[in-house]
Amino acid sequence: MWKWLHPYAKTERAYQLCHTLQPWFWGISLVCLLVGTVWGLAFVPRDYQQGDSFRIIYIHVPSAMLSMSTYVAMAIAALVGMVWQWRTAFMAMIAMAPVGAAMTFIALLTGAAWGKPMWGAWWVWDARLTSELILLFLYFGIIALYSAFEDKQQAGKAAGVMALVGVVNIPIIHYSVEWWNTLHQGATITKLDKPSIAPEMLWPLLINLAGFAMFIAAVTLMRMKNEIIRREMQRPWVQKMAQQHAGKRHAL
Amino acid sequence: MSGVVKGVFSRDLALAFRQKSELVQPLMFLLMVVSLFPLGVGPGPETLQRIGPGVIWIAAILSSLLGMERLFRDDFQDGSLEQIILSGQPLYLVAGVKVLCHWLVSFLPLLVLSPLLALFLNLTVDMYVALLVTLILGTPLLSLVGAIAVGLTVGLQRGGLLLALLLIPIFIPLLIFATSAVDSAALQLPYGAQVAIIGAMLMLAMAVAPFAIAYSLKVSQN
Repeated sequence: MWKWLHPYAKTERAYQLCHTLQPWFWGISLVCLLVGTVWGLAFVPRDYQQGDSFRIIYIHVPSAMLSMSTYVAMAIAALVGMVWQWRTAFMAMIAMAPVGAAMTFIALLTGAAWGKPMWGAWWVWDARLTSELILLFLYFGIIALYSAFEDKQQAGKAAGVMALVGVVNIPIIHYSVEWWNTLHQGATITKLDKPSIAPEMLWPLLINLAGFAMFIAAVTLMRMKNEIIRREMQRPWVQKMAQQHAGKRHAL
Repeated sequence: MSGVVKGVFSRDLALAFRQKSELVQPLMFLLMVVSLFPLGVGPGPETLQRIGPGVIWIAAILSSLLGMERLFRDDFQDGSLEQIILSGQPLYLVAGVKVLCHWLVSFLPLLVLSPLLALFLNLTVDMYVALLVTLILGTPLLSLVGAIAVGLTVGLQRGGLLLALLLIPIFIPLLIFATSAVDSAALQLPYGAQVAIIGAMLMLAMAVAPFAIAYSLKVSQN
């Protein structure tokens, strides 16, 4: 495992891995998102209580779940970077940050749009909403800290420490629905034994969840490729690659 | 090792008491922010009692953010932080002692001032006791967690605002539990659960934060 993973601490190998994986993630994500969204928004039966409004869960639930998972992934990347001194791990971490922030924002926005007809208010200071908002602030803080440093290696380490400190918030968000009896609904699909959602409503949700996850992975890989190129601009392998690209364009 | 602890401790306290203005300014800020609220939201005793605990906690967090920068700034600028790191003494120990000093000089006066604030905002005795308990447990947490972010931003020019941006989201859960404890006390309900959660967070921070502070200081020294 170690021998297999270790080469990817080098930027060149990591870049190539990103390059190979990226089309797969894009492909799977687009198929899943298309199938899941169309199925969920057009073909699933109406909810007996909430009518058509419930359909927003096909966007809201995946983005909310993945906003948390992305943060955890960031923290894991930061930990890996600190323990094994992998520069590419910090690059992966910072590549994820804006994507996770965008997911958090989508979750908050779709939640607000659903809350207006259901609860009668765009925003309620309920435990889950508040903790999700804190998550957005945490993402912003990490991005701000990263961009405040001139030396990006140092910036990666500093942002990594902050990401790890903020991880305390994740269990608070996840259990907020159970700890505080507030307005937000309880878990719908994360109960392993018996989901409290009808199976014909569940399938498109799971497909969309996979689609969102693949989408995040694809965008992260893209951003990570950018990050590697930006930081390694002076290295011979980058310059060689740039020349090859220029040559191809010339031939066309 | 105990020599290092004593040395850092007495040096930091001496330095703090020789810069009395820096010591007093966050407290004056706290007092002024709290006195803005009766003027801003209206001086009705019930209103003030309702918002009082939250106001005191928010003012404490804001004033601590103002003074927090001082924690490592001077040592960083005159190079003594570098010497401490190079000295081979355990950095987490030095960091822990410095945080303790920071708590003593910036939050202990706040605790002393708190009866006056409670009087201003018309808190009942029960509410004040709960507030004091949450402040005693919560303010060391502010110092410990804040010091991590101070360590990270100490090398930056004008890191003050960034420090606030980093720390406010992390302090929100503490604020929620602390004010919820005082609210329970206002209704004569038990508030042991909230206090226990703050205590647990404090224990975790005491165990982990010194190492994180040491790491963050090394990162900013590069």
